[in-house]
Amino acid sequence: MRVVGKPLPKVDAAAKVTGRAMYADDMLLPRTLHCKILRSPHPHARILAIDTSAARRIPGVQAVITGIDLPIKFGILPVTQDERALEHEKVRYVGDPIAAVAATDEEIAAAACDAIEVEYEVLEPVMSIEAALAEPNDERIQDYGGPNNVHKLVALEFGDVDEGFARADKIREDVFFFQGNTHLPMEQHSAIATYVGGRVTLWSSTQVVHYVHRALSKVLELPMHRIRVIGAAHGGGFGGKTDPFAHEIIVCKLAMLTGRPVKCTLTREEVFYAHRGRHPVLMWVRTGATKDGRITAMHFRSALDGGAYGSYGVASTFYTGALQPVTYDIPAYRFEGCRVFTNKPPCGPKRGHGTPQPRFAIELHLEKLAADLGLDGADLKRSNFVKPNTRTVNWLRVTSCGLEECTERVMDASGYRTRARRPGHGMGFAISSYLSGAGTAIYWNDMPHSEVQIKVDRGGVTVYCGAMDIGQGSDSVLATIVAEELGLQPSDIRLVTADTDTTPIDLGSYSSRVTFMAGNAALEAARKMRAMLVEAAGDRIDQITFEEASILAEAKFGTLTSAGSYTPPKIAGPYKGSGVGPSPAYSYSACVVDLDADARTGLVHVNKIWIAHDVGRAINPLLVEGQVEGSVYMGLGEALMEEQVFRKGLHKWPSMLEYKSPTFLDMPDVQTFIVETNDPEGPYGAKEAGQGPLLPVPPAVCLALHDALGVWIDEIPVTPEKVVEALRRKDKGEPPRYGPPHFPDIPYPPVIKVQPPPRDS
Amino acid sequence: MKREVSRDVERVVLTLDVNGEKRDVLVPSHKTLLEVLREDMQLTGTKHGCELGECGTCTVLVDGKPHLSCLALPIQLEGRAITTIEGMAHGSELHPLQVAFAELGAAQCGYCTPGILLSARALLEENPRPSRDEIREALAGNLCRCTGYIKILEAVELAAGRIQ
Repeated sequence: MRVVGKPLPKVDAAAKVTGRAMYADDMLLPRTLHCKILRSPHPHARILAIDTSAARRIPGVQAVITGIDLPIKFGILPVTQDERALEHEKVRYVGDPIAAVAATDEEIAAAACDAIEVEYEVLEPVMSIEAALAEPNDERIQDYGGPNNVHKLVALEFGDVDEGFARADKIREDVFFFQGNTHLPMEQHSAIATYVGGRVTLWSSTQVVHYVHRALSKVLELPMHRIRVIGAAHGGGFGGKTDPFAHEIIVCKLAMLTGRPVKCTLTREEVFYAHRGRHPVLMWVRTGATKDGRITAMHFRSALDGGAYGSYGVASTFYTGALQPVTYDIPAYRFEGCRVFTNKPPCGPKRGHGTPQPRFAIELHLEKLAADLGLDGADLKRSNFVKPNTRTVNWLRVTSCGLEECTERVMDASGYRTRARRPGHGMGFAISSYLSGAGTAIYWNDMPHSEVQIKVDRGGVTVYCGAMDIGQGSDSVLATIVAEELGLQPSDIRLVTADTDTTPIDLGSYSSRVTFMAGNAALEAARKMRAMLVEAAGDRIDQITFEEASILAEAKFGTLTSAGSYTPPKIAGPYKGSGVGPSPAYSYSACVVDLDADARTGLVHVNKIWIAHDVGRAINPLLVEGQVEGSVYMGLGEALMEEQVFRKGLHKWPSMLEYKSPTFLDMPDVQTFIVETNDPEGPYGAKEAGQGPLLPVPPAVCLALHDALGVWIDEIPVTPEKVVEALRRKDKGEPPRYGPPHFPDIPYPPVIKVQPPPRDS
Repeated sequence: MKREVSRDVERVVLTLDVNGEKRDVLVPSHKTLLEVLREDMQLTGTKHGCELGECGTCTVLVDGKPHLSCLALPIQLEGRAITTIEGMAHGSELHPLQVAFAELGAAQCGYCTPGILLSARALLEENPRPSRDEIREALAGNLCRCTGYIKILEAVELAAGRIQ
């Protein structure tokens, strides 16, 4: 390999270190109008009347629109088309959009929003999982789902769980809670649209140009070929820019009405309310094991606080149950999941989408089960690791799996097994796995998940792909793969990406899918191009330059283009709901956290984190390390401080100062190990790196804290108050634990029993 | 809360020294330096994350010291030397910090990068051989959500070594 595996700079590094990368809010088009959105001050209310007449009279106001102008509902999932760009009947969270103004400057637009009169009938808000399960005092938040404010219920059983518990020597139950938190991208969402010659063009800070394209077509009632969506340089997503958003639709509509470019950039406060972040999840888990620590059965229940709309919530619900058997070999598994609507900003996918919460619960729960059995927690976990080339009880296909090697690397480097005991000091060990791309698209279709075209002329190579670089380096991965095949450097490759007019489809940057899927499409296209160049050059291939070979090939074949595409294998199991969980490959991680905890103040100081990640093959180790370190950072923030909390329907701290996130001073040293298992289907063997390494960090922190102080914090985040309270209970002789006391009664439906695949398949 | 908007807001003509170029601008007197740089001078390399002085993204240098441009009023900055990310390179030659950030992958989404580069430049001009803790302290006002800060620390150290 000439360039694959080398720590080369990203192809867009120069633009980013000089301030030349063009983010959506940096775009200045002539005659641009500025848009502001009037949002609901109530968490739950009926809209009785909207009067925009005063706003329209303000000089400089060019257009005012309400829900009447954009009545068609949309949503990321086909089964939950429950959002409107502007609501004119009912608002369901503080921040729900009601009206929008386009004006000659931002201050006029804001003043016009203030001049809009809205008459509300205020309804009682539903603000917790428990309240959502009960009969509402006023009315339900949404008119689908149920009973009460339940959005979705699932119940699946794989194998004979009762039989598994019957043969267990020890059965244990625990309850956990993972508080919601948000992505906090540094860039506020921004979008700018034009309408010229009957065609809409939108530049947006989105992770998924294709899904925005679809939503615009539906709501604006324009065919997709009359709409162009371009991903601007992207200032951070982490899942938070994976839904189509109201402001994206609104600026298009306002551009159509005014004939002028219209821009909308959310304020930081609006970004907190736009949310789509980590679901708060209550979890109950029951596991049986033999006396030597082999798991015989697991029963897992989740209850997700979904906020006011569907978003990705149905998928999130399944994800809280899907991946448990992908890390541990669970011979019989029952999963019951529930998502409820509450009057809060909608939750959706954040890095790890629905899986960090159960990961946290399972890693703590197994440690407690091990203690019950008189076994070491890490030993019990290792004795249950999944093996490569197996199928899980819920039909998920595991190919390459570096769990053992990852565990060895962090154990050895950290000295976990031989750690010396001193007061207040502890170490914790946890593992995880994650998908390398979801095996099914958001909406049912038979198209490839990614397509790449390559054009070669005058010695230059251009790669076209719909993939969106959100900072993770997807453009660099495409360039590296094509450069490798064509004997060039990544910096030689020109890229046209994330533009629905000029690039073929790619589903976007979510579910850690880009390296695997767009990478495989690029590899196929590059190999076809290489074959043409080799054929045209004949015996002279080793004596001539790339430019000379390209001229010979163009003379022989005419215009030089090639294409490649990637469709994931059809590997979903034979049951309803099996579409969430399958992936062409799973990454694996292992992590050790070393910390000191102060029993007097409850403060936790993390000294160091060791993380090993099975990425299959590092196409660029520098970028893989960056993804791993960034994941560890985000996991640590979630573990210790980040939480999205509401008071009387209002976000308690919608600012970057009060919503605590780790700074340079909070971040410990991280030692990263890249483990390569050469996945048989990944491009050059590569798998994902951007999400999996977040997952083991919160449980490893809690396990280290237990090691240090002997208390269990069964709730994320681990704040000093919780540590002190758990210590107080310990001193009083109560269970040394802080966490949810019980799991609510949930009307789960009867379980659907699924025959597991044969054990040897 | 109602905002008072009057179209006859006070406007001022200012001469600002930005990246060594003196330019006259006619702006409302309440406009922040961030807004004037981005909207009136087309210097969009300066980004914004909160516009409340909380995230450090909009950091620029004033007389070589880091300033949050979202909290600074240009009316107070006449005659002061303002440096933005556009003024960091010498022509086409990048500053050693820019080179190190590119080489080590210290910019992922790149949105916080201009502010962090300028904070780091101010640090190195005052303290050419900072310890890792001194770098952490100097950059603690700049948030980054992508990198976990590690590659940024390594890049500042690499650049400091090369500047010697």
